[in-house]
Amino acid sequence: MFETLTDRFESAFSKLRGRGRLSADDVDETLTEIRVALLEADVNLDVVTNLTARIRERAVGEELSRALNPAQQVVKIVLSELTSSLGGEQLALTYASKPPTVVLLAGLQGAGKTTNAAKLAQWFLRQGRSPLLVGADLQRPAAVEQLRTLGGHVGVPVFSRPRNPVKTASASLAEATRTGRDVVIVDTAGRLAIDAEMMDQVRRISKAVKPHYTFLVVDATAGQDAVTSARAFHDSLALDGVILTKLDGDTRGGAALSVKEVVGRPIAFASVGEKLEDFEPFHPDRLASRILGMGDVETLIDKAESAFEAEEAEQTATRLLEGTFTLDDFLSTMQQVLGMGNLRSLMGMMPGVPRELRSAEIDDGRISRITGMIHSMTPAERADPDIIDASRRQRIAAGSGCRPADVKSLIDQFKQMRSMMKGLGGLGAKRASPGSRGRSSKQSGRAKQRSGAQRRSGGRTTPKGPMPAPKTPLTLPGLEKGDWPGFN
Amino acid sequence: MALVLVIAAVAALLLVVVAAAWVRRRRTARSVLRGGSTAVGELADRVVDRVAEGASGAVAEPGVPSLRDHLGRARAALVGSLAPALDRPSISQDAWTAVTEALIRADVGLATSSEIVDAAMARVETGGDGPAQAMAALQAELRGRLGGFDRSLARRSDGGHPSVWLFVGVNGTGKTTTIGKLARRESDRGAGVVLAAGDTFRAAAADQLAMWAERSSAHIVRGAEGADPASVVFDAVESAAARDADLVLADTAGRFHTSQNLMAELQKVRRVAEKGSGVVTETLLVLDATTGQNGLAQARQFTEAVDVTGVVLTKLDGSAKGGIVVSVQTELGVPVKLVGVGEGIADLVPFDESEFVDALFAQ
Repeated sequence: MFETLTDRFESAFSKLRGRGRLSADDVDETLTEIRVALLEADVNLDVVTNLTARIRERAVGEELSRALNPAQQVVKIVLSELTSSLGGEQLALTYASKPPTVVLLAGLQGAGKTTNAAKLAQWFLRQGRSPLLVGADLQRPAAVEQLRTLGGHVGVPVFSRPRNPVKTASASLAEATRTGRDVVIVDTAGRLAIDAEMMDQVRRISKAVKPHYTFLVVDATAGQDAVTSARAFHDSLALDGVILTKLDGDTRGGAALSVKEVVGRPIAFASVGEKLEDFEPFHPDRLASRILGMGDVETLIDKAESAFEAEEAEQTATRLLEGTFTLDDFLSTMQQVLGMGNLRSLMGMMPGVPRELRSAEIDDGRISRITGMIHSMTPAERADPDIIDASRRQRIAAGSGCRPADVKSLIDQFKQMRSMMKGLGGLGAKRASPGSRGRSSKQSGRAKQRSGAQRRSGGRTTPKGPMPAPKTPLTLPGLEKGDWPGFN
Repeated sequence: MALVLVIAAVAALLLVVVAAAWVRRRRTARSVLRGGSTAVGELADRVVDRVAEGASGAVAEPGVPSLRDHLGRARAALVGSLAPALDRPSISQDAWTAVTEALIRADVGLATSSEIVDAAMARVETGGDGPAQAMAALQAELRGRLGGFDRSLARRSDGGHPSVWLFVGVNGTGKTTTIGKLARRESDRGAGVVLAAGDTFRAAAADQLAMWAERSSAHIVRGAEGADPASVVFDAVESAAARDADLVLADTAGRFHTSQNLMAELQKVRRVAEKGSGVVTETLLVLDATTGQNGLAQARQFTEAVDVTGVVLTKLDGSAKGGIVVSVQTELGVPVKLVGVGEGIADLVPFDESEFVDALFAQ
């Protein structure tokens, strides 16, 4: 499921190079993959049908660009179609000239209305407003208590009356005026779209408070049925927007696309975690990549390219695969990676990264401790960690304020990683024909000796001066397709 | 220090990303189409094309609830779209596509739908060729996949007590409500029931459970908000042992299966529940019928972490069909044991595969 769409398309397009435009047949071959990807992401079947028709229309006859191969080009079209379907007009929240501005939240049970009412209250608070939360969910046991607790956390008062949700809602307006609150957020009970009585109740609540904004709260894990309920809520309440919740898992979130298509109202906010701060305006482009199961490789590559010097990165990668990677290389790579942003979010963008890695907690204290240890080593030690004996370990530990055991474990794990990577490199080298390789192993063996000598004299880890650009198509040992998870 | 490995792996992968970007830019694209996906892809094409031709698109009309009745109602429109395709002398490709479409709309998922239809086609080849046979074959196939499981809720076989039933799942699926209903059912059957308010994260979750405890006259053990859930469950087990109660129903906070820390916390709850006098005899995953394909990932990860013994399928009284449990049962061998069909205290019924399958296709 983690292959990128680009890779899926490439075979369909391999015979197509050199022609001027994308033909209908070319595009049709890719539509299959698009359909599978969308259905696997829980996009509603009818919506898939409409979307693929639009994508087809847009792609056929498109002039082939020089910069992108046809597969990339179709992916680009698909992504931009999804992004514009998800995005389109933005919801510009304006405030009523005669306060309070009333916001009504509705949705199925368990979608996250109560939690998101509090999150929304906090958002308004940060906009400089003074919201009032209204607990009109008298159905679920302790729903109002939950809202009161959350209101306490964000510092927003909560208004509720027992028994009658419609009266509670209408009384809340007077309460807001009395206490000078300028935004009223009404939390309603979860209800099924086919429950006529409950749908009538929410209609009456809506009539009583005349909301300026009515939001449907939609669970990102929802399946095909999301469309049915969204349509029913829209018919009853005339929605103004959608709040998408539970985007914190590995959910692809296709339901958002379905709901957007059916309701035609913007997705205003996305809830991306359990904490009250995990609430942000919605980014259509991010969800589009996610729906396609692409991770966000394009952003990642952009970031990587701006953070890394391309030639240098290649050389470092070569050394990594040949097993001549040094602690200096490791340190500089790590710093470049960290320069690209939060490590966890970077891994989230990468398709095919194991779950353990993606959810690993990485704290900065540990990273700076590693940096400290490497900085406490001499250049010779960094180039060849094997020379580090007990006495050197003592010195490094003292220099970086760690225990000698920490130093030992760093070095052991570094070596382990290095031999692992070398194994991968060897794998590819065996398969690649000598002619097609950018650099022979003999040459790089020499490079290793040379740079090793430089290092011992305290020089830089990478040779200075411009490298001659390779004339043959550039490959790295081990970089055959299929050797790398996420790139096959 | 496993962190070093993490960072090293990331660094390596990033180098690869950079290099791959270079390679990609300079080399003609070539890759092999994934082998097994061809059939699924063709299926997706057929189904989508069929929808495009306007053969379908009806949506269930809103109606008044009551289990079988509204299960049927929600599906009537669906069957309506099947009928013309099925009402032909022999089974056409179109009929099978229509059936597949119905399965996809029920959240059964593309791959599983494809498997089921293939298997049903194989059944028909040996049994006849009328449309009725197609439907019969499909229903038989589904029943075969869903059937044959023990759906009873286990108690301790060593004669001791209490038995602990642990409820797990992602946020908002209905864990607390299910426990409330089940507490009533078990007390009505004469069991001594203790509720453990193990959701110490969500605001007022314990209050919610306390109200259910009142309605079902069960005893409740609760901790402070933010307390260690394992300790709350442990206390509940000891309290149940002290008062000679048979059952502890342990609530837990909703959590996403992708959060490693929270899954580790859950494993701890399960371990600690057995430290004292109790034995965990059921770990029930609460799944929302509206859940799409992510439900399978949820089931897989929870099963891996805490050894799920059964599924409670909630909110089946809506228009959602809960088809994801077909994949869950087929792939993980975890049966659906209970079905939630409303917010009332009695709205919890045992799962019955024939009823579930009939409801998917019944006229």
